[in-house]
Amino acid sequence: MRCAVYLLSLAAAVAGCQREERQLRLDPPLAAALDEIALMPNGISGAPPQAYFALGRPYETNAYNLSQGKRLYTWFGCKDCHRDGEGGAGPAFLDGWWLYGPEMVSIFASIRDGRPHDMPAFRDKMTTEQIWQLAGYIQTIGAYSAKTAAPARDDAKQTRPAENRAPAAILFDPGPAPLHPDQGPHP
Amino acid sequence: MIARLRCIAMAMPLLLSGCSGWQSVLDAQGGPAQRLEQLILWIVVVCAAVWLIVVAVLAGALLRRRAPSGDPLALDARRERRMMIAVVIGIGTTVVIITAFTVASFFATRSLTVALPTDLTIEVRGLQWWWDVEYRNEDPALTVKTANEIHIPVGRNVRIRLTGVDVIHSFWVPSLAGKQDLIPGRANELTIRAERPGVYRGQCAEFCGVQHARMALLVIAQDDADFDRWLRAQGAAAAERPDDAEIARGRQLFLSKPCAACHAVRGTPAAGATGPDLTHVASRRFIGAGLLPNTRGSLAAWIADPQTLKPGNNMPLVPLEPEELRAVSAYLASLQ
Repeated sequence: MRCAVYLLSLAAAVAGCQREERQLRLDPPLAAALDEIALMPNGISGAPPQAYFALGRPYETNAYNLSQGKRLYTWFGCKDCHRDGEGGAGPAFLDGWWLYGPEMVSIFASIRDGRPHDMPAFRDKMTTEQIWQLAGYIQTIGAYSAKTAAPARDDAKQTRPAENRAPAAILFDPGPAPLHPDQGPHP
Repeated sequence: MIARLRCIAMAMPLLLSGCSGWQSVLDAQGGPAQRLEQLILWIVVVCAAVWLIVVAVLAGALLRRRAPSGDPLALDARRERRMMIAVVIGIGTTVVIITAFTVASFFATRSLTVALPTDLTIEVRGLQWWWDVEYRNEDPALTVKTANEIHIPVGRNVRIRLTGVDVIHSFWVPSLAGKQDLIPGRANELTIRAERPGVYRGQCAEFCGVQHARMALLVIAQDDADFDRWLRAQGAAAAERPDDAEIARGRQLFLSKPCAACHAVRGTPAAGATGPDLTHVASRRFIGAGLLPNTRGSLAAWIADPQTLKPGNNMPLVPLEPEELRAVSAYLASLQ
């Protein structure tokens, strides 16, 4: 009897050893399909392409993609305006207030096509996959609920709690005053 | 038995041929590497001699059995003294040899890290999974950025300043020097020196991720005149070929596609700092940190599908039409 219990718990432990799969190469047709988001006419929210769900929402749930997004955040100069999420010349992510909504499509569209008030378009600077990875990471910074997948840790000194310690908004004071009159009150 | 011996004898040259070549500790071509090679040769020779003597004495003791005496506890004073002398000699020799090697090893390894007067300093940054190389100079025409290939003048001490960017890497060119780690947030230094012109291969010697094995670099030692010529050529801006329609189209694509967001080509608006500097990419022998020999075909293959050639590296697959791929590869191959 005891032996059976041991065997069962061993089997349960082994079943827990599932390793996250990294998809290192995205097939070009799939990448092209992932570019086909259906955005609402006002540029806020909309529907991701079917391929995004067919892949299992990999840019929100996969730690490797989140880590790559974190590297892209530095490499493509996001820090110049948004700092480590507290905002500067650009709006903050940590306060949980999303100018264009917290959906992945909105963030993807903001990066790909740019936004008013000097947010540049990265369409010709990054690939579709990279934009999705970066969008996933940015959503993690200001997420309302904690994700089970976390990006890599900071090597440099921490300037804020880890990204997966969401909701960011309750960990932080509202931060700097709204940058634009249309930013509105804290939700 | 004889056939087996012959087989082993025939395999020996094959084994020994692994001891020379462009990446071998046993084919030292520079001061620090030669001192390490001498040290290891001496240790191997002396330890082999000691082992042979010990085995011979053991065999002698086994073969020359002592005649059984009546009383096993009886002491023979002469024999006791002889045994005592043998043991003292054995311990004394061991102490002397180990002390000598400890001191020799101390001086050999100290000479690797001691600051020698250097003629040239090169900044090397380790990234996943390539080497960023920078020659700094007050003269901007001699300030050079390149990747995965280090040129040094023969017979001169060259200081390599090593920093890690993402994780810990280790710089190891076995024919020229020992290993030195590249640690994020810290600058380590290593002095290398090549006594003879040649191409010496090195690679990352600290596990740094999935493509650790494909993180090689070349050190090319040239005489002073050749080195100066190379440095001046590398310091120049990229070659412009507006006469060739395909190359001009490739240049325009390179600047308008995501390529220019990560790669720099001096003399053009491309100034990305995330990927290797491509100003003179066609002058290098390999691409992808020792992955493929540098030809137009392998450049095209690398651009077309980097994640199949070196899975996990940070070069994304940028979708290009076949005509665009041809133009971009022609442009890169023209960057001599």
